[in-house]
Amino acid sequence: MLNKIYDWVDERLDITPIWRDIADHEVPEHVNPAHHFSAFVYCFGGLTFFITVIQILSGMFLTMYYTPDIENAWKSVYYLQNEVAFGEIVRGMHHWGASLVIVMIFLHTLRVFFTGSYKKPRELNWVVGVLILGVMLGLGFTGYLLPWDMKALFATKVGIEIAASVPFVGGAIKTLLAGDETILGAQTLTRFFAIHVFFLPAALLGLLAAHFIMIRKQGISGPL
Amino acid sequence: MSNNRVSRRQFLNYTLTGVGGFMAAGMLMPMVRFAIDPVLQKAGGGDFVPTDKKVADITDVPERVDFAFEQVDAWYTSEVTSTAWVYKNGDKIIALSPVCKHLGCTVNWAGSPDHPDQFFCPCHAGRYEKNGNNVKGTPPLGPLDEFEVREKDGLLQIGKTRPNTLV
Repeated sequence: MLNKIYDWVDERLDITPIWRDIADHEVPEHVNPAHHFSAFVYCFGGLTFFITVIQILSGMFLTMYYTPDIENAWKSVYYLQNEVAFGEIVRGMHHWGASLVIVMIFLHTLRVFFTGSYKKPRELNWVVGVLILGVMLGLGFTGYLLPWDMKALFATKVGIEIAASVPFVGGAIKTLLAGDETILGAQTLTRFFAIHVFFLPAALLGLLAAHFIMIRKQGISGPL
Repeated sequence: MSNNRVSRRQFLNYTLTGVGGFMAAGMLMPMVRFAIDPVLQKAGGGDFVPTDKKVADITDVPERVDFAFEQVDAWYTSEVTSTAWVYKNGDKIIALSPVCKHLGCTVNWAGSPDHPDQFFCPCHAGRYEKNGNNVKGTPPLGPLDEFEVREKDGLLQIGKTRPNTLV
């Protein structure tokens, strides 16, 4: 049955080459842990992507209960964690994954650095990778506020003060982030929510696409 | 006609790019202006907030004065309590903001037993002299902000903050 559906679609749209191109793509020996165990260091990029997918999925489900409003944000997080079936698991995935993705992206960066993979002709991919790191840190910063507890509020206060210390434009950056010159409140939460859920993920997907297209085009760097 | 004739292709390129640019700008302009509105909004007038501190009771030792006011945060209005460290310098009333200029924690007068005549921030041991001047070698990079003050019916009123004028 499934085969027939696949054949029917394939006959019209010729979809086989699309996934074959990815499925048949050979992994060079020097990056395959089955050949050299030490090649596991080449897995950190893929692990970063794997956790990113988990973050996107668990985040999508969290927004079914979460409310970006200062009266209700904390209560909605409390409810989804303690009253909803598997709420602790889904929030836990998003909470722990957030830290893990930073660890993985950092290890990936170290691997690229120490294997010299950023060198010509892959400089642009390094630049895109650094942008991805920036977006990830931004996601961590904006996501930290959303539970709207004491830790979140004061961590964000400190973070915004750091942003405000930028010469000349610091004050404008602060207002732009917080939504108000002095108050860290209702507008800050809605802004951070919008940035966390729409703006940064959109940027992230675009950058990831560029990252992956470039590595396919240029191939993985050679052995040391 | 000049010699630099615009070809049909060039003409279409220019006009389509121009029209496309206008359409893109027409879409983006409202959204960008919408997003940066808080930066361009005029700051509200600095109203003075009454406290229940009698001016006659203020000494030359900084004392904590709490004051409550109605804070309007866009669509959310709430009663907020804030704090000032108030003392008299001769006849002049000084009210200093308790917000540490390092990372925004709250400072206390004589908060550290080792420095009974200084403001102390418990977060990273930042210290300030009585006039708000940051002690060199501690984390803060600037002096404590100062509140505008005035007296009404013998009671202290506190206005908005401004950069320290004593240092």
